[in-house]
Amino acid sequence: MSAIVEAPGKPNYEILSKTSEAGEPIGELLEVSMGPHHPSTHGVFRMDVVLDGEKVVKLKPVFGYLHRNHEKIGENISYLASMPYTDRLDYFCSMTNNWAYALSVEKLAGLAVPERAEYIRVIMAELTRLQNHTCLIGFFAQDMGALGTPMMYAFREREKVLDLFESVSGARMMCNYMRFGGVRCDVTPDWLAQAKQLTDGYNKFLDEFEALLTQNEIILARTQGVGVLPAKLAVSAAITGPMLRASGVNYDLRKVDKYGFYPRFDFKVPLGDHGDVYDRYMVRVLEMRESVKILQAALRDIPAGPVMDPKAKLRGLRPKAGEAYGRVEAPKGELGFYLISDGSANPYRYRVRPPSFINLTILEDMCLGHRIADAVVILGSVDIVLGEVDR
Amino acid sequence: MPGARIEVLPNDCPAGERSLLVDTDHVFAAATFLRDDLQLRLDYCSNVSGVDWPDAEITTKTKVKKIVDGVEKEVEEVKKTVRPGFLEVVYHLYSMELKHGPVVLRQRTANRAEEVPAVSLTPLWRGCEFQEREVYDLYGIRLGGHPDLRRILMWDEFKGFPMRRDYVSPDDFEYEPTPHDEVLELAKKHYPPEAKA
Repeated sequence: MSAIVEAPGKPNYEILSKTSEAGEPIGELLEVSMGPHHPSTHGVFRMDVVLDGEKVVKLKPVFGYLHRNHEKIGENISYLASMPYTDRLDYFCSMTNNWAYALSVEKLAGLAVPERAEYIRVIMAELTRLQNHTCLIGFFAQDMGALGTPMMYAFREREKVLDLFESVSGARMMCNYMRFGGVRCDVTPDWLAQAKQLTDGYNKFLDEFEALLTQNEIILARTQGVGVLPAKLAVSAAITGPMLRASGVNYDLRKVDKYGFYPRFDFKVPLGDHGDVYDRYMVRVLEMRESVKILQAALRDIPAGPVMDPKAKLRGLRPKAGEAYGRVEAPKGELGFYLISDGSANPYRYRVRPPSFINLTILEDMCLGHRIADAVVILGSVDIVLGEVDR
Repeated sequence: MPGARIEVLPNDCPAGERSLLVDTDHVFAAATFLRDDLQLRLDYCSNVSGVDWPDAEITTKTKVKKIVDGVEKEVEEVKKTVRPGFLEVVYHLYSMELKHGPVVLRQRTANRAEEVPAVSLTPLWRGCEFQEREVYDLYGIRLGGHPDLRRILMWDEFKGFPMRRDYVSPDDFEYEPTPHDEVLELAKKHYPPEAKA
């Protein structure tokens, strides 16, 4: 690619060779700029694709259209004031974003979280996972041309989860619910009953959803053997979340880091065999079924008690100088916050480790040699949200 | 590793993960060791962050025995030194195979000049590719050995490195009918008083 500092007058595009390295003429290559307004790019994302016929020979992801320097904003405001900003990272999963940030600050300041609050956090995170994976599968079927139907079923279920979020936090998507040392407000018994009703019905919905999609001939043809990601490359490229596990690497932070109360729950980590798009779909479906198990156990066992650490100070929190890196298993992968404190009221350094940004690293590797229509499906299976990619 | 300057930096936070500071000449060799050593196997580079540390004045208090008015006394002497600024790249390494970590690896540049050199670890961990491009984009550290070091979040023609602490954001002044505070100051600059009259 072209260098950053270019001599004036030199064009900032590349003229593609029309002969192969051996000097034989090849078909005319076509450079297509897919996006940023392309409907299948899940936001303002662009792929610079070079095509030989329909085959992808080069693909460079281009992003930054939503860049607002979230990290700089975080350095200029207090610890608490960053909490609502984290909602805007991955706007599908504001609850897990809140949790990752709260966890990092708790680690930095040495705060404890009451038992009931930990249970509430687990419930919120698993509900988030349910709605994120459901919607992703809807979008992903839409990318393959199934316009409307799977998506509407997915959004019907998502609406129920968002109603629960709204009744507890006041907002459907920008929940701003967790605090350092607990959660903002307690859930009511009525809310728990509603959550239980939703959870109990979810397996039935998943059965229906799977009957529609899992054995679908078109889905099988379009996804099996497409976009294969070998396990070794996945580890080296720091891929996390369902994408990594679809490649057969058993690494789930809920099991590895044992944060929250996850060791108390009995759940399995689904793994894929082939690392193709179909495995990524299947791992997500199985993960939802495990989430339902966690939710059922959590809603059954949730203890009474306070939801905030009484010693926690929210406003004017000044952790001692030092640094901490906290991470959680967000629906899209490892979401981490790296905070450096210099003893003042604002973080000295506020760094977000965005899973969907890093999962894009190997997009080109997965797409090479496939057709352009498959590139859309492969991108859909990565599960990106541009609010988090661009920050 | 002969000649490598390796230092373990303390961390005062309760979690207290200490970090490993290696000089830029040897960081690649040290990282290769961390990745390939059979007991460490840090095969997963989770997080790459740039940190900017501008020039800072450090005051050290030392107790010195001095003779004051003929009597020996212990006197605190305040010494002020200027620590030259530098940029830092921090890597959080974990092992997916052995499920342990993190090991925090840091490298520091010599100064805070634009495009100051450091070493890229992308040849070791592919996952650093985009994150190191981000460090270059926002901090202006030229990471040597990176296969495709371009701006990633800002556009190619952008000048400056916005995450540096001394970065001054451009004056994006927009007209406001009732300016106040900072906007009022800006408005005065944009609409001189004689123009109003």
